[in-house]
Amino acid sequence: MPILETKNLTYKYGTGTPFEKVAVENVSLSIEKGELIGVIGHTGSGKSTLIQMLNGLIRPTAGQVLLEGKDIWQEPKKIRAVRFRVGMVFQYPEYQLFEETVLKDIMFGPKNMGLDEKRARDRALEAAEFTGLKPELLEKSPFELSGGEKRRAAIAGVIAMDPEVLVLDEPTAGLDPQGRDVLLAQIGQYHKERGNTVLLVSHSMEDVGRMADRLLVMSNGHKAALAPTKEVFSQGEELEKMGLRVPQITKIMGELKKLGCPVDPSTLTVDDALKQLLPYLKERQGTKTTSTRPN
Amino acid sequence: MHRADPRLKICLTIFAIVLIFAAGNFFSLGAAILFVASGILLSRIPLKLYLKSLKPILFIVVFTAALNVFYGTGEPIWQWWLIKITKNGLLNSLFVTIRIVVLILASSVLTFTTSPTQLTDAIERLLKPLAKLGAPVHEFAMMMTIALRFVPLLLEETDKIMSAQKARGADMESGGVVQRIKALAPVLIPLFVSAFRRAFDLATAMESRCYHGGEGRTKMKVLHFGGTDWLVLAGAVVTLGAFIALNAAFPPAIVR
Repeated sequence: MPILETKNLTYKYGTGTPFEKVAVENVSLSIEKGELIGVIGHTGSGKSTLIQMLNGLIRPTAGQVLLEGKDIWQEPKKIRAVRFRVGMVFQYPEYQLFEETVLKDIMFGPKNMGLDEKRARDRALEAAEFTGLKPELLEKSPFELSGGEKRRAAIAGVIAMDPEVLVLDEPTAGLDPQGRDVLLAQIGQYHKERGNTVLLVSHSMEDVGRMADRLLVMSNGHKAALAPTKEVFSQGEELEKMGLRVPQITKIMGELKKLGCPVDPSTLTVDDALKQLLPYLKERQGTKTTSTRPN
Repeated sequence: MHRADPRLKICLTIFAIVLIFAAGNFFSLGAAILFVASGILLSRIPLKLYLKSLKPILFIVVFTAALNVFYGTGEPIWQWWLIKITKNGLLNSLFVTIRIVVLILASSVLTFTTSPTQLTDAIERLLKPLAKLGAPVHEFAMMMTIALRFVPLLLEETDKIMSAQKARGADMESGGVVQRIKALAPVLIPLFVSAFRRAFDLATAMESRCYHGGEGRTKMKVLHFGGTDWLVLAGAVVTLGAFIALNAAFPPAIVR
């Protein structure tokens, strides 16, 4: 059984007013346990609205969200329990920190779940380790931390609830290149170790290309695709029509293929590309006596 | 109405409010109503919107009207124990109700046809004489503009933070009073922090564009008192004349 499923999910803003706007229309999808799904889409394509429906922060106008086969709105009073199972990390989550110390802030979620002090503390410590937060920071005020550290603390606050599905809305926005690489690696590590389901919303095709098993492409409030990453990125032109693109390295490899190099045009990472290109170049150098560096 | 000078509009709104309060009988009140009604017509804004602006004060209107009914003097029309209703009381109640409704409508005409920026501009200009007494009029107007500009931003921010805390299981909808106040901390603290951050950012941005207050500062949109404004003003003067005449000619409607 898929862990998370939506059936004909629709959301309209301002129903009954002249400003009525359909943000998400008729989206049906099904996500298996343990998958890492990348969610991409142009600004205003309905990504944020969609993911906010997944944990019951907004109630769909029509359609259903099924968590392990059960409609999450079946008992509206128990919607809080759903939010513990589907953890949501918002864009710029550092602005949600409020407690006196970082540790207490991370414990906010587990304590809301009804865990006692000690177990909440254990969960928090574990989550802090997962996100690579240094132990000496935990007793500091969250407002003394640097931007990247705050981001880690906020993400730890959601991970500490140990959700079965973790939704991250652009977790790397505004981080420096190194910071984003480290954070993504940690998310990947977390995903691998816990074996839970992760939804990663991102504007960076490189990031989702490297991380995701499957990609959900949103366009104009509709589901444009939900397919394995390579398959989606082999539709470069379709993506460009939606205001998206393929990762740069995929584009380069595609062009090289057109020029006749024996490479895989749906290569997603630079490392993969190197593995194919280096042997090829060596081979070429071996056959030709006067070698020029291909540009 | 949209094109009229905002300074004139502010003055006329005050004028209308004074008229409504000074009206002693139904005829002079009628003149005031006519004045406000012409403002509504000239604004070319659907009547529905005006009625909507009355909604929040509906309770106050009904409450005052109901109270006034029982405070009449003279011959009772209907009586039960200590409670009596008189013709005079009913008239009073009607009079007060009309007053409040027209009052709200008059201020709605102003706010519907004038943008907040225009309003603060006009207030700054109208208060300028006070600057001679050392009052920081420009700064005051600037503060109003910024405050108005930041209201929607802060609302949006509150919404975001509330969602984020709800996602972490914050419970804001149930529990007693104390619990609910406690539940506000996770929202209010980040909100204040970000409000201060925004304030500092804004200050830096203003200073890096060499903003240094009102002295010698020119305006992008200079307020201009034009032909339309003279026409509107003439209308107001005629209303004032009619108002005074009617007020004197008929006996006061409210007897205390």
